[in-house]
Amino acid sequence: MSANGWEPVVGLEIHVQLKTRTKMFCRCENVWGEEPNTRTCPVCLAHPGTLPVPNRTAVEWTLKLGVALGCEIAPRALFHRKNYFYPDLPKGYQISQYDVPLASEGRFVVPGPDGDREIGIVRAHLEEDAAKTVHVGGTAGRIHGAEHSLVDFNRGGTPLVEIVTQPDIRSGEEARRFLQLLRQTVVELGISDAEMEKGSLRCDANVSVRKAGEGGFRTKTELKNMNSFKFVADGIAAEVERQVGVYESGGEVVQQTLHFDPARGTIAPLRSKEEAHDYRYFPEPDLVPVEPSAEQVAAARESVGELPGARIRRLEQELDFDLAYGLVTSGRDELFARVPGDRRAVANVLMNQLAAAGTDPAAVNGEELGKLIAARERIPRQAFLDALAASGNGDFRADRYLAEETVSDAAALDPVIDRILAANAEQVEAYRGGKAGLLGFFVGQVMKETQGKADARAVNERLREKLGN
Amino acid sequence: MAITREDVLHVAGLARLEIPEGEMDAVREQLGAILEAVGKVAELDLADVEPTSHPLDLVNSWAEDEPRPSLSQKDALLNAPDPSDGSFRVPAVGG
Amino acid sequence: MIDTLRLTAEEAAGLLERGEVSGDELAGAYLGAIEERDAELHAYLHVVGERGAGVPIAYKDVITTKGIPTTAGSRILEGYTPVFDSTVASRCKEARLPVIGKTNLDEFAMGSSTENSAYGPSRNPWDPERVPGGSSGGSAAAVAGGLAPWALGTDTGGSVKQPASLCGVVGLRPTYGTVSRYGIVAFASSLDQVGPITKTVRDNARLYAIVAGKDPCDSTTVELPEPVALPEGEDLTGVRVGVPREMNEAEGIAPGVSESVEAAIRLAEELGADVEETSLPRSVEYGLACYYLVAPAEASSNLARYDGVRYGHRAEGDGDLTALYARTRWEGFGAEPKRRILLGTYALSAGYYEAYYGQAQKVRTVIAQEHAAAFERFDVLVSPTSPTVAFRIGEKAEDPLAMYLSDLLTIPANMAGLPGLSIPCGLSDGLPVGLQLIGPQFSENTLFRVGHALERALDFDYVPERLR
Repeated sequence: MSANGWEPVVGLEIHVQLKTRTKMFCRCENVWGEEPNTRTCPVCLAHPGTLPVPNRTAVEWTLKLGVALGCEIAPRALFHRKNYFYPDLPKGYQISQYDVPLASEGRFVVPGPDGDREIGIVRAHLEEDAAKTVHVGGTAGRIHGAEHSLVDFNRGGTPLVEIVTQPDIRSGEEARRFLQLLRQTVVELGISDAEMEKGSLRCDANVSVRKAGEGGFRTKTELKNMNSFKFVADGIAAEVERQVGVYESGGEVVQQTLHFDPARGTIAPLRSKEEAHDYRYFPEPDLVPVEPSAEQVAAARESVGELPGARIRRLEQELDFDLAYGLVTSGRDELFARVPGDRRAVANVLMNQLAAAGTDPAAVNGEELGKLIAARERIPRQAFLDALAASGNGDFRADRYLAEETVSDAAALDPVIDRILAANAEQVEAYRGGKAGLLGFFVGQVMKETQGKADARAVNERLREKLGN
Repeated sequence: MAITREDVLHVAGLARLEIPEGEMDAVREQLGAILEAVGKVAELDLADVEPTSHPLDLVNSWAEDEPRPSLSQKDALLNAPDPSDGSFRVPAVGG
Repeated sequence: MIDTLRLTAEEAAGLLERGEVSGDELAGAYLGAIEERDAELHAYLHVVGERGAGVPIAYKDVITTKGIPTTAGSRILEGYTPVFDSTVASRCKEARLPVIGKTNLDEFAMGSSTENSAYGPSRNPWDPERVPGGSSGGSAAAVAGGLAPWALGTDTGGSVKQPASLCGVVGLRPTYGTVSRYGIVAFASSLDQVGPITKTVRDNARLYAIVAGKDPCDSTTVELPEPVALPEGEDLTGVRVGVPREMNEAEGIAPGVSESVEAAIRLAEELGADVEETSLPRSVEYGLACYYLVAPAEASSNLARYDGVRYGHRAEGDGDLTALYARTRWEGFGAEPKRRILLGTYALSAGYYEAYYGQAQKVRTVIAQEHAAAFERFDVLVSPTSPTVAFRIGEKAEDPLAMYLSDLLTIPANMAGLPGLSIPCGLSDGLPVGLQLIGPQFSENTLFRVGHALERALDFDYVPERLR
């Protein structure tokens, strides 16, 4: 709930590119980063007379996702043509689904710090992605000197699942959580790499606000181009604030498409030609209906394990919400379950130092990591970090690192500390003059000198004493 | 069925056909006459009839997810009116 | 000396098998005939003249051929050279049929006379002042004029059956889904079918056997439920023939056409068939309107790909992309495709979909049901293929609605996805009359059997009188 009793009403429209081996309607390889127009064929270039043949795996993966989203699976689904002209759309229509999608009427639980929220799913349908268009500026000296675009059809025809939620989301933060959980779900199903930066996961939001208790909906705007989770949260929050401002100053919200500028945190109308959309949907006559078999639906159900949201709720019983949420949405909860030891300590190491070390959680031997974490107070900090970095190697054993001892003996530390204080007379004076923050500087120097083997607490004690506190 | 000039312009816009002004009246008249003829389908009361979009009763026709060779870039661009840098060049989109 | 006017494909295959002529000699004979007569007939848009081991074949120019220009009779595809073969062309290649050339047609197969070709009309070998029918007019003229032993056409509303009728040859529109549409320049996807145009019914069955069958590249195809059987014999005992009243008494059927068809029906009875009158009231009355909504709607979408980006004509000048599209398409398409694109766009557009396209799809259901009911009582239905014999070039060119009536009798079965065979059944004013035989889905063997029996009994001479 926003200030002054305004309630945000948000629905998301999400596109997930499937990582099938081939495209949706032809058998060109579905790959990234190749030379332009080297993964095309007469079908995905829409040469005259070519026909689409659906990718069976893409259909079955959409069923999986439908099940994970709690959807009904259609006994008979149709493909439709969505007609419009654009250079990235070679046929002049996109094959999509219209009134009978593969999956519809689902619900997806999004846990939050204050309890679960159930977000309704309107539909999840299968379609084909557009090609890539690169804008190129006018070149000086060219006769026409006009700006132009270059079209690369390698991506054209990639299978794409569109997911539409009910307007059940009540904040930008909730939208971010929904999207992160959806991403984790899709990744775990193994059907997409779902990376927002790469565009394999894309999200638009329909945003409106209303007064608490008010029935119905007010005018909504469509927010596009939010290519990170943070931008989704920030963009929606900014748009909600803008709409509240409009109403409170006596204005009316106008239905339009908006673009969020993450650098400035501002919202601006998307420059677009005024054209009434009339997509003239009709059943795609080149394709026959899809009737998922009982075996296919059963296989889809079987392939969907415990969903991320449920796992967060389970983990929350032994951790706090943030840690549980972090473990699950970063894909570390599976490792967490395999590492013995103090639950909170293990979770913290997994979310912080192990994540920073860039170690692949799936490759880690949980038992060995458990031993390491149990000893983390005792062994030198640098040895601990080195061990974490190495913990993803197949032959990793904790013992080698556990043998390392920290130096806490004053007799060993004092000569090092004396040397450092003598070499940094200015800083010593400044510290004594009241710059208490410099203590960290001295600790760092000692650690450097001892190659991380000094015991931090002992170093602190000795330094304070010598500096006269 | 009277079809207005605005109707024709709207439909021609959707279909990306630039009707020269001099041909507008002829196009409108012909379209109007044909629409009147095909409007005959409205005579039948078919509220309870299912539509047929396909003459065959077929379902689940698909292919396995196994790659086949693509065209070379040269063949992909063979018929292109304005190839450039391995791509299809068009006037600026949305420009 | 090979008489290409008289030689059937079956006879030609026999000559090759027995080594009496070589593939080169055979192909050369057709090239010679083309040289002699195609300047007048204009059956071909592009002569290829391949040599090979089998019986040469001509393709309507909507059939994609790798490395051979394919224009669909349109300026918008001028200069387009496909980088792939259509499935039917591949199958003919596998059967070692060399390509003679690509035949003329109404632009994008839209028309009934070939007058809508951007490259000028074809002429009827029986009378060069008259049209050969369409849209597969070039293929029909080539076969009737001895410029090809056999040819492939495509049929959406009657584009194989009607030109076959007007040129005095045999044309099959197969059951929807039995011949692959992969590589066939699309007009209306739920109606388009490739069909053979031949001198005899047996030739037709032979060519159908080569091209028919499920294709992994066309997900709307099926395997034939039974192999194609070459027809033998003249006996029609036990065959139940239905004569739909509306299709035989429709306004606009020329008296000479009725006479020939009635005579053929009497002959069927003499051969042992049980002939009875029946009725398809709504199929004929509403078929044409239904067709001219469904086909243009699909066409408006199928022809959206011609935008001058990846292939084909592009208008001069830079500037605004939307304007470039609109100019490219207005210049590239002829009058008939543009008319149908506008009509189809209208029929699908918001506010009109239910009244036009949606309603037409329901009429389609009604037509299919009427035919299904008739086939509970009959094995085949018969009617004239075309209400008239070949008309004069220019006679209907300015009146689209009059031209559309040419397909009045072929459209109903097409809407229902049913096979239809047109065989010549006589002459009226010295011009061929076609008899249309319609069967239930996958009844091609029955159509071939009945067609063959009648063909033998009728003993029609398919060589145009003026060329004998």
